[in-house]
Amino acid sequence: MQHLVIIGNGITGITTARQVRKRSDMKITVISNETDYFFSRTALMYVFMGHLRFEQTKPYEDWFWPKNRIELVRGTLTELNTGEKFVRLEDGQMFRYDKLVIATGSQTNKFNWPGQDLPGVQGLYSYQDLQLLEENSRGVSRAVIVGGGLIGIELAEMLLSRNIPVTFLVRENYYWDNVLPREEARLISRHVLEHGIDLRLHTNLKEILPGENGRVRAAVTEFGEEIPCQLVGLTPGVHPNIDLAKKSGVAVNRGVLVNEYLETNIPGVYAAGDCAEIVAEDGGPARIEQLWYTGRLQGQALAKTICGERTRYQRGVWFNSAKFFDLEYQTYGFVSNEPREGESSFYWEDPGGKRCLRLVYRTGSRELVGINVFGIRLRQQVCERWIREKRSLEYVLEHLREANFDPEFFRRFEPEILRQHRLAM
Amino acid sequence: MQTFQPAALLAPHSSHGGKPLRRIQKTGLAIFAAGLLMLAVSLTGAGHSRPLLFFLLSIGLATAGALIYILPQVKEDPPGIRNNHIFFRGMTARGAPAWLTAAILTGFYVLLYWFPQTLYPWVRLTDPLSNLLSGRPADHWFLYGTFYTLAVLVMGVRMLIRYRHNRYQLIRTLSVMFFQLGFAYLIPAFLKALNQPEFYFSYFWPLKYDYLFPNDVKRLLAQPGGLGVFMVFWGAAMSFIAVPVLTYFFGKRWYCSWVCGCGGLAETLGDPYRHLSDKSLKAWKIERYLIHGVLVFVVLTTALLWINSAGEGRFFGSLSGAFACWYGFLIGAMFSGVIGVGFYPLMGSRVWCRFGCPLAAILGIVQKYFSRFRITTNGGQCISCGNCSTYCEMGIDVRWYAQRGQNIIRASCVGCGVCAAVCPRGVLKLENAAPGERYNVTLEDSLLK
Repeated sequence: MQHLVIIGNGITGITTARQVRKRSDMKITVISNETDYFFSRTALMYVFMGHLRFEQTKPYEDWFWPKNRIELVRGTLTELNTGEKFVRLEDGQMFRYDKLVIATGSQTNKFNWPGQDLPGVQGLYSYQDLQLLEENSRGVSRAVIVGGGLIGIELAEMLLSRNIPVTFLVRENYYWDNVLPREEARLISRHVLEHGIDLRLHTNLKEILPGENGRVRAAVTEFGEEIPCQLVGLTPGVHPNIDLAKKSGVAVNRGVLVNEYLETNIPGVYAAGDCAEIVAEDGGPARIEQLWYTGRLQGQALAKTICGERTRYQRGVWFNSAKFFDLEYQTYGFVSNEPREGESSFYWEDPGGKRCLRLVYRTGSRELVGINVFGIRLRQQVCERWIREKRSLEYVLEHLREANFDPEFFRRFEPEILRQHRLAM
Repeated sequence: MQTFQPAALLAPHSSHGGKPLRRIQKTGLAIFAAGLLMLAVSLTGAGHSRPLLFFLLSIGLATAGALIYILPQVKEDPPGIRNNHIFFRGMTARGAPAWLTAAILTGFYVLLYWFPQTLYPWVRLTDPLSNLLSGRPADHWFLYGTFYTLAVLVMGVRMLIRYRHNRYQLIRTLSVMFFQLGFAYLIPAFLKALNQPEFYFSYFWPLKYDYLFPNDVKRLLAQPGGLGVFMVFWGAAMSFIAVPVLTYFFGKRWYCSWVCGCGGLAETLGDPYRHLSDKSLKAWKIERYLIHGVLVFVVLTTALLWINSAGEGRFFGSLSGAFACWYGFLIGAMFSGVIGVGFYPLMGSRVWCRFGCPLAAILGIVQKYFSRFRITTNGGQCISCGNCSTYCEMGIDVRWYAQRGQNIIRASCVGCGVCAAVCPRGVLKLENAAPGERYNVTLEDSLLK
């Protein structure tokens, strides 16, 4: 019987395992040094805030794994031998494999800031980071968060829930404006301020200072301001975790290099999820996708390939979503932070400042390219269809109702949005 | 699995509390406590000679205190989902305060059902109110109704504040408050004032099982004037016409989370405990045996009673009566009252509705097989965080479906809409639409072909 070994029990590794089991009888082993069972990484914040217990972040009950004959192994890999096809763990256990999946996820970025390894300085990615945060956040009178991405704002929300004041250093002019157009970035920045975050825009970290006890005492900005704090959250993004692959002869660049079938340079060895760097056949730029959704989609495609039905990973129309405190965000298709050549956008914002909609379209043909929406829920299938079918801006605005996914009785904004468009014409 | 829990769990509500209480909230709590104290004092019979004064000093103060505590929460945080610290607090995470509350609630139900005379000092306090509404002195059921209605109204206000950003929750909460106050409290009292039989238009067989038992039907039909006949007609029409028709169009939510008094209490007083329901597959199996078992029990009891009644007692003698008695004791009192409400702080707010209510069983069968209602999943957006499953008071593992991109169609879903409200990615939506597409293709096989 063939043996599939998967390194990493995150969404990518586990999706691969489950989907392979649906199609095949092969022996499946999943190895993780993080947790015994699969859990939802995205839910760690809710454990810290007391919305959930860690138990509840596990999408499957513990009986699910033996029932589906997916063997879960807890341990740290010390050796990957692609020549003789085995992996060895720290405790000496050895697993021979016929096929191997590297799904080792990400690590927190660090930019060689002085003091970045002090006690009380940490990122937020893993289960262990959450445990560390429980310790590090005890008795803290102020925390400084560095790096204005999605994890940074989640960390801010988490700490606020424990009544810890937060200073949030963001390099950009507005929060997340390297991804979002100015108006949206401004809308979130306002929302962040409303929640009592001390948001410092256009501010870089210079160094982190230790106190007499050896723990962090203050963060210093490049403007020279010293902000007293006992906790520093480093959230300037993540990079692929390729330590293992590097040592084993698997080709790596920023991530583990794979083609669009998620195959590495070594036959029978695959990589997927956050740690994979996908090189497109058409010579387009290599890409690393670090989302929950893409990890799942890659796992689904990879499972087919492993089971003999070689399948190209095609993610379809891009989508993503997030929540910034109370503000829900969805995006479909392509919306860049600066307007691109040949594209225009329609932007509507509710006077309350809590909702907005941006439709990006080709200036000439008026075909829809992308959607950004805050504070209104849209239906994914409809948005994708419009983008795929290249519907015109006018068509989309007139049929916006069909895409609404807000709960029943919610106020509807389609008439206002359409009115604004007509006035602008 | 490692048993890591946030340190605070070991010592609930000490190491890192929520926001400190504002002075006005502390005042509210003090007034609430004073009211409860007076209520305890009243049990000695102290309020016998001045019932109105003692009513105001006990139940009145407790109500006012609770509202003073709750209302300032409007200004506490911006509108949004606020489930912070729910699993840290003893009261909402099965700590000592929860056990104490459960003991008090359970104790109250035991006294109410089997030792009502012990509650008479409290019953006397409600005499003035009862006289006002129905023109006659109170009994222990009036006392119970008063407590029940106040709980729904006060905790309803809490629910309105908590979900002030969500119109579905606002309207739904106002609806259960309205039906409890009007249909389950005031109208029955007014009927008594008019010398008509006490009747709850918002409850029907088989939840209110005796409404279709021969004795009740005969008693109502024998009433002078047409109202008794109308009540029998109403009860039968609701049970046999409204239940299938309305459930076809809206799902069982039209009743369970919008009208029903049991549901009303669960959605208001029980809201702080909704996350305590058991989500395991095992619990689901037990649920299906139990709830359908109760349904069979009540249908059998009703049938036996009617057959026996038609034969004027020749067929079963006292057997069918004994059946009815046991049903009343085991299901009516023990299950729906003592366990159903008493165990709120330990097992969540819908134990009765999920495991016991025979009307919910019927509504559930209709909802599952003949309804337009479903919870739609928004494509592939689920991040498997587990908020939906955790906050499902009916113990449905909503995430199981959502992460597969599958619509949720479950007999037990009461359509409270909280899963959709707590979802951080806007994945869930309660909808009524053509039944044909309810069971959709799963994400697993559809997105990647």
